[in-house]
Amino acid sequence: MVSLLDIIGPVMVGPSSSHTAGACRLGLLARGLVGGTPQTALLELHGSFARTGEGHGTDKALVAGLLGFRPDDERIRTALEIADGEGLQYSFEKTTISEESHPNTVRITVARGPRRAVMVGSSLGAGRVLVTEIDGYPVDISGNFYSIVILAADVKGSIARVTHILSNHDINIATLKLTRKQRGGDAFIVIECDDNPGEDVRDEIRELAWVRWAMRLDRVSGG
Amino acid sequence: MYRSLAEAISDAEARGATLTTVALDLESQDQGRSVADIRGSLARALNVMRGAVDAGMTGAMRSNSGLVGGDAAKLVNSTAGPLAATPFHDILIRALAVQEVNAAMGVIVAAPTAGGAGVLPAVLTGIATARGIPDEKLVDALATAGLIGAVIAERASLSGAEGGCQAETGAAAGMAAGAATEMLGGSPRQAGHATALAMQSTLGLICDPLGGLVELPCVFRNATGSAIALAAIEMALAGIEFAIPVDEVIDVMGQIGREMDVRYRETAGGGLAATPTGRRLAKERLYQIKRA
Repeated sequence: MVSLLDIIGPVMVGPSSSHTAGACRLGLLARGLVGGTPQTALLELHGSFARTGEGHGTDKALVAGLLGFRPDDERIRTALEIADGEGLQYSFEKTTISEESHPNTVRITVARGPRRAVMVGSSLGAGRVLVTEIDGYPVDISGNFYSIVILAADVKGSIARVTHILSNHDINIATLKLTRKQRGGDAFIVIECDDNPGEDVRDEIRELAWVRWAMRLDRVSGG
Repeated sequence: MYRSLAEAISDAEARGATLTTVALDLESQDQGRSVADIRGSLARALNVMRGAVDAGMTGAMRSNSGLVGGDAAKLVNSTAGPLAATPFHDILIRALAVQEVNAAMGVIVAAPTAGGAGVLPAVLTGIATARGIPDEKLVDALATAGLIGAVIAERASLSGAEGGCQAETGAAAGMAAGAATEMLGGSPRQAGHATALAMQSTLGLICDPLGGLVELPCVFRNATGSAIALAAIEMALAGIEFAIPVDEVIDVMGQIGREMDVRYRETAGGGLAATPTGRRLAKERLYQIKRA
């Protein structure tokens, strides 16, 4: 459903809603996967991101997102210099992720302490984004919701335990998706929530014995 | 939001209300937010729009590539043209200003997109300044513009990559024309005709930016898009009607976009981007960015 405020917005640093605002949002989501500003980041640019990214400040916007800046933050312009000061070592490469990938796609490999994550995401236009892959698991995360991302052993009743924790905290689930690479292999669970799950919720999920790791991702777009 | 302007206009007429009112009421219902809250968001957008107009007029803005910047200030200082000292002249300045800010990575409101972000603030704040229209009415106009944009998004497209420039500055001109017509006292029906009159003149407009960057011709297309909106407003408020219903004009814009060759949809493969000078400038400037 189209909202008036999607049309009269977003407020953003120019020049391109897809190449700048969307890129920043993808950076923010990758940041969430390691729970803060990464120490290292490899950004592999595909398609139009690779071809016209520099002119659109896509590089600055991606790094700005990794630093936790939102699309309307004027520090995007100097994000590369700020990253140097914050100890974020970034590097860019141009690549072809796959022939079917959306033209504005990036693969981001981030590390912070012992946490490492690989995310593939695309900027779909008008600032909308879609994360399509995390650590090799297919996902679809729009960033329009707060999300909990969980990697867990494939144990019966696991979803019930997690949703129970969410309901205890009065958090409404918007979407829930479980994927796995093979039967009995690890399960990758993405839960998009209407309400903002705090770090206490994430920590409670982490305490479940079969959970390998769990992260919460901020809402990066919408209203 | 509405999927048809005809439906919004008939709702407004049935209630004796404006498009602003029916749009805000439906948005409130759709999103579960109060009208006051939505108006608050629109008022914040208005402030950002004003900030961009002001920042751009100083002439200090330069894009990464150096392809654009400083032209709004040139127009500020010019009295040579036939429109000097008119609201029209001022509106052209404002459109260039916002788009120069956008190209220089300044803060703008993507309304409907970053590439077409100059038209709506230029037309609305320019008219409001000339006529002493209060902010309250500008917020109303943004809601009407949002309604028109939402219908265009639903029936056609607001993306240059999908529909060419007709879907960006063309859509922006249609939104600005309808919204300003209502702001100046026009009826919902007249606002619909204003949108149709603006959009009929950008049908087929391709998206052909040099190097694929939102710079050239985008900055100038926002100024000329504003001029088209002003022409449409002037005609619609005089009671001139466009024979093809506005929803059909929007539909055909979408259809033309879908049929448009990919070279003309933001890929820098055709149009001005593919001229000898266009190719040379893009190559030189992109090289410059890499060295900087």
